[in-house]
Amino acid sequence: MSVEVRIPTILRTFTGGEKAVHGKGVTLQEVLDDIDARNPGLKERIVESEALRRFVNVYVNDEDVRFSGGLDAPTADGDVVVVLPAVAGG
Amino acid sequence: MVRYASLAESVGHTPLVGLPVLSPSESVRLWAKLEDYNPTGSIKDRAALRMIKAAEADGALRPGATILEPTSGNTGISLAMAAKLGGYRLICVMPENTSPERRDMLTVWGAEIISSPAAGGSNEAIRVARQLAAEHPDWVMLYQYGNPANAEAHYLTTGPEILQDLPEVTHVVAGLGTTGTLMGVGRFFAEKKPDVKIIAAEPRYGELVYGLRNLEEGFVPELYDASLVTSRFSVGSRDAVRRVRELLEREGIFAGLSSGAIVHAGLAQAAKAVKAGQSAEIVLIIADGGWKYLSTGAYSADLDSSEDFLDTQVWA
Repeated sequence: MSVEVRIPTILRTFTGGEKAVHGKGVTLQEVLDDIDARNPGLKERIVESEALRRFVNVYVNDEDVRFSGGLDAPTADGDVVVVLPAVAGG
Repeated sequence: MVRYASLAESVGHTPLVGLPVLSPSESVRLWAKLEDYNPTGSIKDRAALRMIKAAEADGALRPGATILEPTSGNTGISLAMAAKLGGYRLICVMPENTSPERRDMLTVWGAEIISSPAAGGSNEAIRVARQLAAEHPDWVMLYQYGNPANAEAHYLTTGPEILQDLPEVTHVVAGLGTTGTLMGVGRFFAEKKPDVKIIAAEPRYGELVYGLRNLEEGFVPELYDASLVTSRFSVGSRDAVRRVRELLEREGIFAGLSSGAIVHAGLAQAAKAVKAGQSAEIVLIIADGGWKYLSTGAYSADLDSSEDFLDTQVWA
């Protein structure tokens, strides 16, 4: 069991084209560290000076982690993490 | 009193209706604020009129002026109505992957449409509009994403209407696009009833819409202040369609697709309250009716093909 991390099109150059990768960890930070070990450079595109990059949104089970602890947001087996670029509506 | 001196003055004052079938219990109740009762059929009438009024007041907008606006549809339609009332020319920049009904309605109210490429969605429409604004300095871009009058419309009308109709409100769930509704309602409740939870439901589009060249081209509306939001959820097209159908089947309300995302997030809040043994009065802001989305098949096709099609569209 592990956490599934869905990767947006523009970051798939770091995952060999894979739409999703799997990682282990009890926080988002740990999961990102774990997937970065096998997909070097990926984490740096999502995180900058220990915080999420401004134009990147990360959701754990559809909830925006900026409102649930940020990089310390808890993760558990079977959770789905979605990484998306910020877009407009209206 | 439901008599108004003009169409513009009739904007707002929308009904708040109970959702007795979808509400889990007597103490955890859901309510729908039906914004399709506005003149052009969406919540955007509030922001459009306020932005035009503000631009007239500060002298940016003079008689006969040309207004330019990037929009995925509803704001453009509302501005088209308001521009007609004010005697302005309106040019909308709209992603090409939006429903034909939205284009038809813009045309009905006399707006001109410039299509922006599908890849990139509204981010791309904003980029194209900014380029046009630079080429035509005499055109007035109201710019809903950064115009304080957008949020102010909801601070002055939507928020107070909710509190007046439901003083016991505990949650307000609204869609996140320009963030205008959430910012205005959020600021109002932060002042008047700070324990009210402000929940954002954000549409999650298909990959085409996120087809940006790099992450630096992402976009966060200038209006957005995360401190006014309690939590934020991302809702995909499948859940949005499922919920919009549920709202129709069980409560008889024919709502637009973004409202499906709002119902989804609202039901999750209701379930959370039930689990915690707390009472809750949850207001869902139903931004528009389903009319403009009939051609997407969202109300008739099977769920899989609806999802596949909508994932190529800017559906909210």
